[in-house]
Amino acid sequence: MTKRKIQMMLSVNGEDHDVSFLPHRTLLEVLREDMQLTGTKHGCELGECGTCTVLVDGEPALSCLVLGLECAGKDIQTVEGLGTAGGPHPLQKRFAELNAAQCGYCTPGILMAAQSILTKDPTPDRETLREELAGNLCRCTGYLRIYEAIEMAAEDMQHGS
Amino acid sequence: MMRLPTFSYCAPDTAEEIAHILAEEGPAAQIVAGGTDLYPNMKRRQVEPKTVVSLARARALRGIEWRDDGSLRLGTSEPLRALERDPRLQSTLPALHQSVLSISTPVLRNMGTIGGNLCLDTRCQYLNQNFEWRRTINHCLKCSGDTCWTAPGSPKCWAVNSSDSVPVMIAMGAKLLLQGAAGRREVTAAEFFDVTDGREWIRRQPDEVMTDIVIPSQEGTRSVYLKLRRRDAYDFPVLGVAARITMDGDLVSDARIVLNAVGPAPVRCTEAEQALIGYRLNAETIGEAGNLSRRGAKPLDNTDYMPNYRKKMVPVFVRRALAALA
Amino acid sequence: MAPKYRIIGKANTKVDGLAKSTGATKFADDLSLPRMLYCKLHRAHVPYAVIKNIDTSAAEAMDGVVAVLVGSELPTQFGILPVSQDEHALCPDKVRFVGDPVAAVAALDEDTAFAAAQAIRVEYEPLPPVFDPAEAIQNEVPQLHDYGDDGNVHKRVAMEFGDVAGALEDADEVLEDVVFYQGNTHLPMEQHATLAMPEADGRLTIWSSTQTPHYLHKAVSKVLGLPPSRIRIIACPNGGGFGGKSDPFNHEIVVAALAVKTQRPCKITLTREEVFYCHRGRHPVLMRSRMGLDKKKKAITGIHFESLLDGGAYGSYGVASTYYTGALQTVTYKVPNYRFDGVRTFTNKPPCGPKRGHGTVQPRFALEIQVDRAAHALGMDPADFRLQNLQPPESVTANWLRIRTMGLKACIDKVVEASGWRERYGKLERGHGLGLACSSYITGAGLPIYWNRMPHSGVQLKLDRGGGVTAFCGATDIGQGSDTVLASCVAEILGVDLLDVRVCVADTDLTPVDLGSYSSRVTLMMGNAAIQAAERARDLLAKACAEKLEVPPARLAFADNRVFDTQDPDKSMEFAQAVVFAEAKFGTIGTVGSYSPPKMPGRYRGAGVGPTPTYSYSASVIELHCDEETGIIDIDKIWIAHDIGQAINYHLAMGQVEGSVYMGVGEALMEEMVYRDRRNGAHKIPSLLEYKSPTTMEMPPVDTFLIEEPDPEGPFGAKEVGQGPLLPIMPAVANGVFDALGVRVNRCPITPEFVLAALESKDKRSGPKSYPDLRIEAPARILTPAEGGDGYEIDQKRKTKQLAREQRTDEQKTTR
Ligand SMILES: Cc1cc2nc3c(=O)[nH]c(=O)nc-3n(C[C@H](O)[C@H](O)[C@H](O)COP(=O)(O)OP(=O)(O)OC[C@H]3O[C@@H](n4cnc5c(N)ncnc54)[C@H](O)[C@@H]3O)c2cc1C
Ligand code: FES
Ligand code: FES
Repeated sequence: MTKRKIQMMLSVNGEDHDVSFLPHRTLLEVLREDMQLTGTKHGCELGECGTCTVLVDGEPALSCLVLGLECAGKDIQTVEGLGTAGGPHPLQKRFAELNAAQCGYCTPGILMAAQSILTKDPTPDRETLREELAGNLCRCTGYLRIYEAIEMAAEDMQHGS
Repeated sequence: MMRLPTFSYCAPDTAEEIAHILAEEGPAAQIVAGGTDLYPNMKRRQVEPKTVVSLARARALRGIEWRDDGSLRLGTSEPLRALERDPRLQSTLPALHQSVLSISTPVLRNMGTIGGNLCLDTRCQYLNQNFEWRRTINHCLKCSGDTCWTAPGSPKCWAVNSSDSVPVMIAMGAKLLLQGAAGRREVTAAEFFDVTDGREWIRRQPDEVMTDIVIPSQEGTRSVYLKLRRRDAYDFPVLGVAARITMDGDLVSDARIVLNAVGPAPVRCTEAEQALIGYRLNAETIGEAGNLSRRGAKPLDNTDYMPNYRKKMVPVFVRRALAALA
Repeated sequence: MAPKYRIIGKANTKVDGLAKSTGATKFADDLSLPRMLYCKLHRAHVPYAVIKNIDTSAAEAMDGVVAVLVGSELPTQFGILPVSQDEHALCPDKVRFVGDPVAAVAALDEDTAFAAAQAIRVEYEPLPPVFDPAEAIQNEVPQLHDYGDDGNVHKRVAMEFGDVAGALEDADEVLEDVVFYQGNTHLPMEQHATLAMPEADGRLTIWSSTQTPHYLHKAVSKVLGLPPSRIRIIACPNGGGFGGKSDPFNHEIVVAALAVKTQRPCKITLTREEVFYCHRGRHPVLMRSRMGLDKKKKAITGIHFESLLDGGAYGSYGVASTYYTGALQTVTYKVPNYRFDGVRTFTNKPPCGPKRGHGTVQPRFALEIQVDRAAHALGMDPADFRLQNLQPPESVTANWLRIRTMGLKACIDKVVEASGWRERYGKLERGHGLGLACSSYITGAGLPIYWNRMPHSGVQLKLDRGGGVTAFCGATDIGQGSDTVLASCVAEILGVDLLDVRVCVADTDLTPVDLGSYSSRVTLMMGNAAIQAAERARDLLAKACAEKLEVPPARLAFADNRVFDTQDPDKSMEFAQAVVFAEAKFGTIGTVGSYSPPKMPGRYRGAGVGPTPTYSYSASVIELHCDEETGIIDIDKIWIAHDIGQAINYHLAMGQVEGSVYMGVGEALMEEMVYRDRRNGAHKIPSLLEYKSPTTMEMPPVDTFLIEEPDPEGPFGAKEVGQGPLLPIMPAVANGVFDALGVRVNRCPITPEFVLAALESKDKRSGPKSYPDLRIEAPARILTPAEGGDGYEIDQKRKTKQLAREQRTDEQKTTR
């Protein structure tokens, strides 16, 4: 019930961060507001859109429905850890090229979901992508360029380019 | 940004400890498993527990174990995705697999647990709204108000049991194990959900945590789960139909048809079942069972789709479920 | 033959592509500043009431609350249209819908702001609300506003082009359809956010997720009473807009006022529920269309079209929306006689406004269903009926809209061929169907929102000695890719690389005005302005280079970051060098370009809505299955062709078509803004779970065809693509359901309930049964071009004089 912050180590994108935050803060709030990692977006904060998707121990999770303190000892991956403009992940590169990120607001969440799909299935077919991305709403693209970008990135990763 | 209210948090290692804390704190404590139901409800201020007791560290609540007698023991905090990915579950318990696969979205199924799904709070369009919204209707019977706006003349709350796995568990005769401060008990799924009011949607004591689900061998049965909803992802059922048929030669020797999401509790269609037992499963008997199944369902205007449409869909879905088993 | 471009039309990576895919793009809510306060609004929980008292004491007493604001502190009204300045930043005396903001708090953190906003107590005296527009036109009370045409009618229009009564009388058959199109909302994934910061010199900077920084600039200045020169609006990239961020909003003005009041940065981010209250989405429209058919000529003799718009609680763009429901019925098929009656009413619900396809989506739905019926009535294939009645290019319609290029034939041919229409339409098994529909949309409104003679878009270029080019423009990237369009136009003309052009946009301190990202105007207007600015810069450079290279300037070409002699390409220099020579010769190199649309032929009252430099066209065929027992529709596949004139960037254009189709699928099948009239008019489903937006599972495969026939009005021939392709989707689904099951659903969305209702009904039709009396007196009569009209209302000048005379005599009577 307190308004006292807790302090803990949080491993984000392979780096340990010493952070303190209020115990009722969600991972989304901790990332965006306590760590200034604003790459992770939000569209509802109720689990209804997938925009806030990050990876927790390699599995996609909605950061708006996970407590920050539940993430102690876990490995958090966000879009900031995926790649940089100078060294983009194949997914990021293909999303940029194909205009799979129109407004780009759903993009970080979709990239993280896509990343986890590719770890499990390096050559996913359309149907797999469709089913696995069903929790990531996008209002701009109609998802079509998103599928294409993921498929091309999958190919890039297969051929190591 | 929708934010959680403040609370204190603990994550005990054992079911016993959990039960003790629940006993101490009383109804002001809430169990959290995956949090995909509890946290949104807290953010909307439908529930504001003083203490949140997490199941995350209680290892005994995990596990998918197939026993020699063909029965299956599920730890309640097993994530839905684990069930979905279990190959044996997929082949031997198709209805459960279908129901789990139909829940929410892949990412939510990573987080949500089977125990949480069984204990899922009842839902209603007058209830699952932000605090500010609920002021507009002067709150409701389930949450700080005194009228059920779904049925204003009724003394009861008509919030809907919207779990996908509940009707399947009942159809399969699952048993549920609960740990209380005073000890453990076992109930059948049918008993656990035998309620009449959306405010008490499960027969659980405040100090109890559900630890195991035991599904007896389904050998010799066929089962299916069908779900009506607007979108093929995200959406809760506005009608769920679980059906299980046991055949003796050409004739039906046992039938179970359970509806969900048409009222505060799942509905067993006993008349429809009786119309099948001892008969062949053909267009005629299936049609008859479909018509009889309509009786128990009382969909009201508190979910997606118009209530009379949902009512109209009951026989259609029951027929289709049975046809899939024929 | 289309000219060869280096950049235009190519599949280039958009300039902000990597910023978006790395999460680097900063949306408004991503910004935070030291000492920043969080703002929350207290919103009305009653639909219509007089505010008796606001008690903010409990909120003010809370730890962490820095300021509280109420409506009396911001008494000046604002609104997007000059004729509908009917909104307050915070309601001072009356609330008009559940969600209308009444008070605001600024606190150290959002939890406190939330608690404080809840602790504000408002005492109301309830007024009887009205939710049904048919009721709202019949009764004089309640009257939500003290302006408008009469009673609760915000706007009433009626105009007749040609002799419609005669055309319907002479027709061999008259089809009549009453159709209802339910309201729906934009639902951008980004929830609106605004951050306001007071500067040390007394100025104010505001970052906001707005599509229209220029109009926000005007509104903030007006309400705060600060000159525009002291206010800087920066529109952040929008996380989706679709028209939902094109009004100036209460929350934007409130945080600005709180920043001034507290002298601290102040941010607000709306919750999803609040985004539903901002709304400004698609109007629910009840329509009646009567279409006369000539059986011999297989043609339309005339159309009488009526619309009743449910406007919600405020004006917003509503006057324009009303006209739009009647404007574009004439631009696709020949309609020699046309009458339009439209009424917009106020109701106690969130205000409606412009959503993708603004005001034209609902009437297009009605028209395309009726055209489908017409084809069947004439025993024709619906594709052939359309093809035979196309409005010709380079023509003027009965209601004085000028058509330039018209690619609808190519669009229809394309989708008909690709879908196997000719072999399959009308021949599939029961439950399986094909539907065709077409549409058209404006490429930018011909007139600005407030009357002025200034350009609609301006672009300024600054050339750097190192060869870099900066393009300044007020346009806002809302995901449509306007930054890339700007860079592409400039880079094409100057012959530089896309990445050599830095775009600096949507900042009222730095960039020349562009009116905003609405009405599909940006590519055409900003593009033309950019071309002009770039050509002026190129001319300067060419002059300087010509001297150095000793060739006439006209012989120089700009490409691949070089300037060269077209006759002797060895004579060349680098672009950067060219800038150096030009700067040495002319001084600092900066040029400007601006764009104003051409004058339109219509001169009658209301002629301002509908005209555009050029119309885009689309056609779509949809294949679907519709379950006879459940009424559930599964879309199997969509073919769509869009007449874009010339794509500026291939991926952007394709993305806009696909995105429009997606949104159309949502509107066709499931999206609805619905309220609980008997429960205080509360929004029934203000959440992303219950307001249904299609997931990947509902989105069918789409085959997209771009029809490129350059239009003389467009930059490099380009027309719009952001909105038009949405329009054919809903009617194509309705027509597909007819092919599958032989029933007509005269209602959108086409939900299972209505499919079953149609199957169960005697006339195999579902939807509204009757149409209310709009209480229209004689419509304004305008002679069509064919009748030898001049674009004016008959006797418009004489009538104006007579009106003035009558008024004078009235006045004399009263003074006597
Ligand atoms: C957008 C969205 C869509 C959804 N769609 C569906 C859907 O289609 N179908 C569906 O069935 N569900 C749906 N859900 C609900 C939810 O995600 C699932 O039901 C999930 O399985 C709940 O599990 P959990 O572990 O997250 O539950 P929690 O939120 O952790 O708990 C849910 C409830 O059960 C109690 N509880 C949890 N575990 C135990 C236990 N072991 N013993 C006693 N009590 C316990 C909690 O106290 C709480 O009251 C949806 C949720 C969201 C946010
Ligand atoms: S923000 Fe929408 S799911 Fe988390
Ligand atoms: S790109 Fe805009 S929401 Fe997906």
